[in-house]
Amino acid sequence: MAGKVESQELDLTKLDKILSRYEGQDDALISVLQGVQAEFGWVPQGAIEHIADAFQISPGEVYGVLTFYEQFYLTPRGRNTIRVCRGTACHVRGTNANLRTVERTLGIKEGGTTNDFKFSLETVACLGTCFLAPVMMVNRNYYGKLTPDKVETILKQYD
Amino acid sequence: MARVNSPKELEGLRQQILSERDPNKPCIAICAGIGCLACGAAKVVTVFKQEVEKQGLKLDVDIKETGCPGFCERGPIVVIYPEEICYLQVQPEDVPEIISQTIKEKKVIDRLLYIDPTTGEKSTYESEIPFYKNQHRLLIGQNIKIDPRSIDDYIALGGYKALAKALCAMTPEQVMEEVDKANLRGRGGGGFPAGAKWKTTRDAPGEPKYVIVNADEGDPGAFMDRSLLEGNPHSVIEGLVIGAYAIGSHEGFVYVRQEYPLAVENINIAIKQAGEYGLLGKNILGSGFDFVIDVHRGAGAFVSGESSALMTAIEGRVGEPRPKYIRTAVSGVWDKPSNLNNVETWANVPLIIDRGADWFRSIGTEGSKGTKIFSLVGKVNNTGLVEVPMGVTLRSIIYDIGGGIPGGKKFKAVQTGGPSGGMIPEQYLDASVDFDELTKLDSMMGSGGMIVMDEDTCVVDVARYFIDFLCDESCGKCVPCREGLKHMREILNDIVGGRGKQGDIELLEGLSRVMKKASLCALGQTAPNPVLTTINYFRDEYEAHIEEKRCPALVCKELISYHIDPDKCKACMICGRECPVSAISGGKGLIHIIDQEKCTRCGTCFDVCPTRFRAVKKISGEPVPAPVPEAERVLVRGNK
Repeated sequence: MAGKVESQELDLTKLDKILSRYEGQDDALISVLQGVQAEFGWVPQGAIEHIADAFQISPGEVYGVLTFYEQFYLTPRGRNTIRVCRGTACHVRGTNANLRTVERTLGIKEGGTTNDFKFSLETVACLGTCFLAPVMMVNRNYYGKLTPDKVETILKQYD
Repeated sequence: MARVNSPKELEGLRQQILSERDPNKPCIAICAGIGCLACGAAKVVTVFKQEVEKQGLKLDVDIKETGCPGFCERGPIVVIYPEEICYLQVQPEDVPEIISQTIKEKKVIDRLLYIDPTTGEKSTYESEIPFYKNQHRLLIGQNIKIDPRSIDDYIALGGYKALAKALCAMTPEQVMEEVDKANLRGRGGGGFPAGAKWKTTRDAPGEPKYVIVNADEGDPGAFMDRSLLEGNPHSVIEGLVIGAYAIGSHEGFVYVRQEYPLAVENINIAIKQAGEYGLLGKNILGSGFDFVIDVHRGAGAFVSGESSALMTAIEGRVGEPRPKYIRTAVSGVWDKPSNLNNVETWANVPLIIDRGADWFRSIGTEGSKGTKIFSLVGKVNNTGLVEVPMGVTLRSIIYDIGGGIPGGKKFKAVQTGGPSGGMIPEQYLDASVDFDELTKLDSMMGSGGMIVMDEDTCVVDVARYFIDFLCDESCGKCVPCREGLKHMREILNDIVGGRGKQGDIELLEGLSRVMKKASLCALGQTAPNPVLTTINYFRDEYEAHIEEKRCPALVCKELISYHIDPDKCKACMICGRECPVSAISGGKGLIHIIDQEKCTRCGTCFDVCPTRFRAVKKISGEPVPAPVPEAERVLVRGNK
């Protein structure tokens, strides 16, 4: 699927539509990149050059912003994103055991995507739901007071 | 919506809103903050709406989705007005009963009330619950009464009254003076006096001037700002406009973490509504003062919470800090004077203007006035948001409000100030919590994260955890922070990995000194705090790791061994099946034994051993007991 997305012609009309929303705003690079990611799920290589042209900056500068902020992805993502919280409260309440369980169950490491593009696994600094520690999110759903058992059951609910 | 053109019209609008509302009409307020939503509040709201319709009460009952009242541990939280009955952990299946019993029959449902775990006493009203009773909730107290998406709710409670007073009855100088006199100190961490910062921006040459809300709340374990933005966004906007008026700024920014989608949504709605009433935009309340707000979403970088880094992020660039021999108050966004304050700081401003500096000064300690919101989390019974006057003791927060440590465990330390703060041990539990006292203990107030740790927490591991976090988040611009953190991480990894050596502690201390002195921004300058405080207060634990290769809290993987207690093992085969390296031998009726050579100490066996057996043990600093002889391995069922 990765190959498929990449080989597909990047839909420049969609990209231009996003760019036109911020026309004339020099400070909108991050907003544009956020828009691109919302549209495509990641920021494809072709988009970087196009955006650089639009802002009249070098692709290197765009790439610099993309790699500085954690939110941006330069590779295609799985259909479901798992975010295991590694905040302090989760850390002291044993989030590592849950992370191990996700990694073991899916056969991927933090930052990885399963071969079938079903899941991408991330860790985050804090989800801000410490009262539910240890927590993970799948897409926009929160799962709290997790144990390795619960993690396995939760993962089965997604396809 | 009609424009409000004067303070008089604002009061007229408030009276009109109140007159349209029957104070005796039952209202079901359901917390729709992220905490309760994570506990399933959205479903509860839907079912309430359906059930009210089904029981034919649609016109007789209001349903309100409100901001977060703070007791996130017990969400979803529902409060029934006018009686103010507080139900906790409400599930969709409880809803029909709440409608038929509480709304119709006015009967309280006992099982949904707060029950004190020690006394067994029930609390019907929010004000009776110890978690709330011991707080002083000036900022978050109104959250449960307000639908954050309704400006009318905010106005009904007197919202924007302070703005009217500031714009129409006070000069910018008077506003500035009042805030200065109140000694409002920045809630984001540093505790810098807001009044002094405002003055610097006002007096700095250059136009336009900007005012900014810092909502890039990045400390792990902190979510106070999110709850204010989500739950009462107008209070932040009102504070910002008042500040802008005092400073002479006509354009403001709210910089919110991307990870807070609901906060982004609610602040945008609030800005739109305020604009429609003319509380933002041109000629606010007929005062001749103009002000607009733009919302920027952060893209995930801890360092962007630092003032100069945040400002470059607003400009759409890599959010790196710059040297601050010229303050951002003088040269910030686009090199213009820019005043940055944290969400909670701004939310305090309307209170000060409305009730006066003298009232504000009556709360708190000599050097720290007002209240502070903390997110009380970790190994504590009642987790959630806690707002207390400055100066209460850590003990009072953790025990009176937080209800102590769960599971009869022993308190070990409380971590304040996030990755820039420190760990405070038991002997200082009676220290009062304000900017200066916490700094004296080598920690800091920070933005308000308060993470409680019990005896099962390894302080060396936590120090390593913070350094690891900061290593990832250091922007890499200056050498002391970038390289210092990397080396600290290596040394700490060695210590927790059983490779610690004599001199490591001193080396950590030496690196810390350089980083504190030579780093470019506060991230690097404060980064050593978690290490220094743990060395200072828990040196024996570092020494145990280094000299005896022992982790006293049984946390550090390389220093522990797993052992199956032959007296407790019920030979259920679960651990054997789950062990990823097949290090566990045994079978049905045969007590399991871990092959220490094969074991990778992943902890799976410990995780999966059924809690009713708890046969897997962790051992550190002592030899693993010899395996049971083969002859004794057979488990005779019924006899054990």
